Amino acid sequence: MAPKPPVTAAFVGRAIAAWLVTLVIFFPLGWLVLTSFKTELQAIAVPPLLFFKPTLANFAEVQQRSDYLLYATNSVITSVTSTLLGLAIAFPAAYSMAFFRSKRTRDVLMWMLSTKMMPAVGALVPIYVLAQTAGLLDSRLALIVVFMLSNLPIMVWMLYSSLRDIPNEILEAARMDGASLWQEFRRVLLPLGVGGLFSTGLLCLVLAWNEAFWSLNLTSAKAGTLATMIASYSSPEGLFWAKLSCASFMAIAPIVVFGWFSQRQLVQGLTFGAVK
Amino acid sequence: MFRLRSVTLSANGAASAAAPAAAPARPRAVPSRLLPRLLLSPAVITLFLWMIVPLAMTIYFSLIRYNLMQPGESGFIGLANYEYFVTDPSFWTAIVNTLLLLGSVIAITVVGGVALALLIDEPFPGRGVVRVLLISPFFVIPTVNALLWKHMMMNPIYGVLAQVWRVFGAQPVDWMADWPLLSVIIMVAWQWLPFATLIFVTALQSMNREQLEAARMDGARYLQQLRYLYVPHLGRSIAVVIMIETIFLLSVFAEIFTTTGGGPGDASTNIAFLIFKQALLNFDAGVASAGALLAVVLANIVAIFLIRMIGKNLD
Amino acid sequence: MAFLELKGVEKYFGELKAIKGIDLTIEKGEFVVFVGPSGCGKSTLLRMIAGLETVDVGSVWLDGRDITRLPSSKRDLAMVFQSYALYPHMTVYENMSFALMLAKTDPPVVREKVERAAQILNLTPYLQRTPKELSGGQRQRVAIGRAIVRSPKVFLFDEPLSNLDAALRGQTRVELARLHRELNGTTIYVTHDQVEAMTLAHRVVVLRDGQIEQVGTPLELYYRPNNQFVAQFIGTPQMNMVAGADTAQFEGGLTMPVPGGGYLGLRPESLTLGAAGTGQVQARVDLVEALGAETLVYITTTRGTPLVARQTNSRALPHVGDAVGLQIDSAAAHLFDSHGRVVAPAMR
Repeated sequence: MAPKPPVTAAFVGRAIAAWLVTLVIFFPLGWLVLTSFKTELQAIAVPPLLFFKPTLANFAEVQQRSDYLLYATNSVITSVTSTLLGLAIAFPAAYSMAFFRSKRTRDVLMWMLSTKMMPAVGALVPIYVLAQTAGLLDSRLALIVVFMLSNLPIMVWMLYSSLRDIPNEILEAARMDGASLWQEFRRVLLPLGVGGLFSTGLLCLVLAWNEAFWSLNLTSAKAGTLATMIASYSSPEGLFWAKLSCASFMAIAPIVVFGWFSQRQLVQGLTFGAVK
Repeated sequence: MFRLRSVTLSANGAASAAAPAAAPARPRAVPSRLLPRLLLSPAVITLFLWMIVPLAMTIYFSLIRYNLMQPGESGFIGLANYEYFVTDPSFWTAIVNTLLLLGSVIAITVVGGVALALLIDEPFPGRGVVRVLLISPFFVIPTVNALLWKHMMMNPIYGVLAQVWRVFGAQPVDWMADWPLLSVIIMVAWQWLPFATLIFVTALQSMNREQLEAARMDGARYLQQLRYLYVPHLGRSIAVVIMIETIFLLSVFAEIFTTTGGGPGDASTNIAFLIFKQALLNFDAGVASAGALLAVVLANIVAIFLIRMIGKNLD
Repeated sequence: MAFLELKGVEKYFGELKAIKGIDLTIEKGEFVVFVGPSGCGKSTLLRMIAGLETVDVGSVWLDGRDITRLPSSKRDLAMVFQSYALYPHMTVYENMSFALMLAKTDPPVVREKVERAAQILNLTPYLQRTPKELSGGQRQRVAIGRAIVRSPKVFLFDEPLSNLDAALRGQTRVELARLHRELNGTTIYVTHDQVEAMTLAHRVVVLRDGQIEQVGTPLELYYRPNNQFVAQFIGTPQMNMVAGADTAQFEGGLTMPVPGGGYLGLRPESLTLGAAGTGQVQARVDLVEALGAETLVYITTTRGTPLVARQTNSRALPHVGDAVGLQIDSAAAHLFDSHGRVVAPAMR
């Protein structure tokens, strides 16, 4: 156990500065959460209200709007399906590269990573045209495919890293113990690799949920995700801040929490391992 | 290695006695590479299509006349689309805006990120909570981010910033109208600062503590430690952050779409938004494709350096 | 027919011929040690027997069956890995019962076998722990337990003691010997440590560069090495090697002349130190290492040849700088020709 640092002026100053900066940076989010519990009048109060009587009316009202549920469902379906589909394709590839290494493995891996570096706007026109031609505009299928393809390089890379951490000797021991290929996979590799699968899936779920570029361009009323819904949020009655905050809060809360658990994967996944 | 279907190409015992001096057809087991290739193929094929098909189509569209509302008329018009895109009165503004956006966000996130990472490098009470709070903005949906700032923070009457300005006796700023690009920069920087911070925090963790102790014993003050130890160690991750952000930020779109709509006029239009305007507002797929290729080329230049750096890290 | 037989086994890594033609027979119940310097191919050879590496040329026979193309899972061999390779997500009990469970053995039979093995290895209190809750020595015993539970045809050990600290290594060595006496299983043991080879083996196979240098009992290898490499590999401190012209000073004490361009090998214990002026050669003492039970004396002859002598008489310790007389036991001298092959092994 490392010794506790001495309580010097520098230490106190540092702690205070850190907390101050953190509160300033987190403030907008905190304000969003607070506003979710206000009435519309309280939301636009001048000066802004820090202490008020909270209400849950917004939550009920937002839920009642049928399009909120639709968009939420779309977000869930597109992000979950694209992640599962992506894992199903990425896992065999990662397994192949981790355990059947060849001279070209590294090149293939780097090529896969490079496809992630193509800016989304570069593919906007063709993908739009393809979706239009296939009648897939404003469809969940189009989003699922695009999300999956966007995250596939990250999934392959992260699964590859986690599989490589499994010592090959453990699999050899299983073989010596009489395990067939399937048994080796099911009883040794899978239990040891499931952690990596899960954390990779979580990160990609977050990335797909937050995906706004394709959601905004390929969908409108039917297959829109929460990202698009929030973008066009306005209430016909005029005042809508509290409801907007509430809808936003509900849209982002679970994902932000998932994000807290994905920090390490985020660093690994989005820098392609360039930072250790 | 594993479960290889070995195929010996010659008999065993007899060969050893009569092995010729130069034996080109040396007998050995040939491992099957069918299984690994089969496992790799779905990922490779899909990514290959994802890379090639849009690229090919973009190149093709950029060379023909193609309006999405009138798909019938499509004739080869050479480089006319490129010319049209580049001579668009908004083009240079968009380029400048893109570079301003990119440069400002990178500057803010790198400098801020390094400062924050150094600040929370040493333990203090509540550090875990601080880390969690600091990372949160990155996981917010971009459109939520945009509206949060547009309404909650930047509204000139009811927004928090307006209230703060009034506390200091200053006239509140109408961010969206008067400083559209700056507003977008603030939103995007707020979202990406946690990313940079997290990267630098991770990089700092791998720093050799004994080196710092030796420097301290040598009498180095904090600024000197910064200059000679911290910054060089962080150099690599700073480069990575700059490259990653460049690639991802070239496509900043959601924030602009949701708040300023590229305006007023074209004050907050960047290349990505300009392409979008051509494609989905003017329905001119040809011109949009020409523009898209330019963006792709820009991104690829950066990507080459990034790939080289990553490659050195992979074994 | 021998229990385990290697016939003309070769292996290539790309263009490199790593195993250059091995012929070996091993009897049932034997404890055979593969020993040699790093890179000699001993681990590769073991892994080829296990089926974890392919055999490019030649064949491997076990109990009358050709197992060369058989996958590891069907060879009925058990291996103890250098890193133990325990399944981290399973308890000790599950680790040890894994193979039996795969073979669909009845649970009561499994339980009985695992508990018996755990008892032999003193693992009974740890059966419900996971590997990360165990010390290095305990993990190693689990790795061994995993092997003995199966009663395989052959036990394969790949440098099992190298990750243990010195004290534990000695202790475990003794336990392994006891285990082998109790279970009487055929064992192939790979190590780079010749002390383990000498103490554990019925027979030792000395390997260098993918080839067998010599096979024999430990004492055969010690007293009758076939070549210079084996002579210097076995025995601590190393056998003294005197080359070429320097051998002339010893000619008086030898029954045979040293072949031209050859070498004279003298084990440290075959050199007796006496008072200056006695013996065949005169020397000066450079360094004395008093180890208690014996003393190593490093000397240089008047002709400039450095040698190590081993003395068990700790009463008359020479001092640094003393002049001493050297007496060679001619019966224990080894003569090697210019290719390193032995010419006249010591008579013993």
